[in-house]
Amino acid sequence: MPQFLKDFFNRNGTGMGLAILGLVLFWTIGLIILPQLSMLDFSFRPNLPPPEIGGPKDVYTLENYKYLIYGPEGGSQDYNTVDLRVFFRTLVAAVCVTIFNLIICYPIAYYLGQSEGSHIRIFAIMLIIPYWINEILRAFALRIIFGETGVLNTLFMGMGIWDTPFDFIRNDIALYAGLGYAYILLMIFPMYNVIESLDKNQIEAARDLGAPWWRIHWRVVIPYAKPGISSGCTMVFMLSAGALAAPQILGGPSSLWFTQLIYQQFNDNNDWPQGAAYAIVLLVTCILFVLAVMRLFKVNMGDIGK
Amino acid sequence: MSAGVGVDLEKLWIRFGDFVAVRDANVNINGGDFFSFLGPSGCGKTTILRAVSGFLEPSEGKVLIGGNDMRGIGPNKRPTALIFQNLALFPLMKVWENITFSMEIKGASAAERRKRADELLDMIALPGQGDKLPSELSGGQRQRVAIARALCAEPDVLLLDEPLSALDLKLRQHMRTELREIQQRVGITFIYITHDQGEALTMSDNIAVMRAGVIDQIADGKTIYNDPNTAFAASFVGENNVFRGKVKQVMGNEALIATNRSGDLVARISTANQGKMKEGDDAMMFVRPEAFAIAPDGASGDHFVTARVNHEEFEGNVFNIFTEGEGGKEIKVSIPNHGQSFEDHTGQNITLEYETHNAVVVPAGELAAE
Repeated sequence: MPQFLKDFFNRNGTGMGLAILGLVLFWTIGLIILPQLSMLDFSFRPNLPPPEIGGPKDVYTLENYKYLIYGPEGGSQDYNTVDLRVFFRTLVAAVCVTIFNLIICYPIAYYLGQSEGSHIRIFAIMLIIPYWINEILRAFALRIIFGETGVLNTLFMGMGIWDTPFDFIRNDIALYAGLGYAYILLMIFPMYNVIESLDKNQIEAARDLGAPWWRIHWRVVIPYAKPGISSGCTMVFMLSAGALAAPQILGGPSSLWFTQLIYQQFNDNNDWPQGAAYAIVLLVTCILFVLAVMRLFKVNMGDIGK
Repeated sequence: MSAGVGVDLEKLWIRFGDFVAVRDANVNINGGDFFSFLGPSGCGKTTILRAVSGFLEPSEGKVLIGGNDMRGIGPNKRPTALIFQNLALFPLMKVWENITFSMEIKGASAAERRKRADELLDMIALPGQGDKLPSELSGGQRQRVAIARALCAEPDVLLLDEPLSALDLKLRQHMRTELREIQQRVGITFIYITHDQGEALTMSDNIAVMRAGVIDQIADGKTIYNDPNTAFAASFVGENNVFRGKVKQVMGNEALIATNRSGDLVARISTANQGKMKEGDDAMMFVRPEAFAIAPDGASGDHFVTARVNHEEFEGNVFNIFTEGEGGKEIKVSIPNHGQSFEDHTGQNITLEYETHNAVVVPAGELAAE
């Protein structure tokens, strides 16, 4: 038995140790790894009616992946431009949502992390409480704000800033706002955690040595907060790329999110293998993208856990 | 006319809500001086430092640096550099980047900065350590890097907020000497904050003794030690034995004190209080442990104290005798060790003698907490 396991059992006793270990293994293997492996398996199989499963036609194939790139066999186009466009649009939009969130959340996290007093707790509670409300309800609330006869249009038209209602939904503004809002806490709290532990004297020392505020952030606060920033960005990017409810409710009629395509494959087309292939492509691309960006900014995997 | 830029505090008040942190401070610090603010924690000395560095605006009064009113000028625009109690080195920057951070802000090239860092590293006796991270250095080395970082900004005034408090005793004593040497070499004004009277006495040209937001006395170390203005200054700086009583008679610069416990004793009135004390005033008389000598038995008079010895201890350079004093406080007597034989007085009455000019009378006041 490796030393860390021995220590673990010594600390918790054999019974409790086995229980904890069992639960952790059940969670990671039973609820995460096995379902994903089964999805992976699905993605390489043809979509067959139940009687044929396990039959001679049930062989491994790359058809489902080819479909994403080339579209249906004998289709009118060389490439599956519709789905591919949705795929890349989703990735780019998720990057935009992440950057947008970072820009909004960094000042908030900095303020929360470096201020003192009980108002900070109130501020934090005010950030958290809206998340007691169901995600779908929050999305619909944004629809009310951004809708054609919604709060914003009524307000701006009443003030005479524009004459005809602006279509926030068709222009995807509602979608971006919804996605940004949905994951704002996941961006703020990792950064807040790190910035809170930054010694105020560091900031004062930089100021005392003549640094203007932007350079203090650039040279002292941001490098220090990097683990929190990368942790927040990773989560927001992954979750926005994989969001379903917000695009469903706030997305314009013509602009699909890639998750909606996956959903359609599973649900409307009842084509699980095709859906699984799409899901696997999204997952793997997101992981590779995150790893590449981490490499670019010299972030270690360990930092993400901070 | 001394070199360097002086600092003046004029009628400085600093309040936090109802709390008065600094009360009417008036201080003139000469350019090129090593000036210390000495006082217990919470006395307002750090607040004064923050007002000089610009992190805090005074509620009333002025901070002048080189004669210029600093009101409204931020810490990044003042000709001061502050060394923090915890040093506040930037943990993610290499030592040389730390040192030359102020040059980076002014847009100096990496080569220039590297060169300047090497010069300063030589000066602080850490040559070739520029590429390390602060966490790879020892406490004393980090201390020196912090000094180099502050000096690199070429300040007119260097402010030090108890920078030695985190070091162990030996290193602290060594750094005292080193700080003083650096100050004399660079010739700029140092303002040093400390609660350690040893640091203040050994390094400073002048010391301000502070108590609860008030400056009790500003003078050089010898004067503060030998001629304190107040009971607080007498009891805070160095060890001192206090005798409480009333002024019985004023004789020029001396006073006869009717002490509560040891009869009538005569002592010199401290310079600042001469001419101000009169008969019947509550007074405190202070005699340093080393100012006492053992007198022959039976000797009596207005500079003899008789007391029973509680216990004795041998400290190496001195023998300490602790006798019964007033209100449960012992009188401490330190006899220098010249290798003489030393009999045990425990339980006996002994008579102690002091020379009148070594005993100081001040008006009764608050004593420093033990």
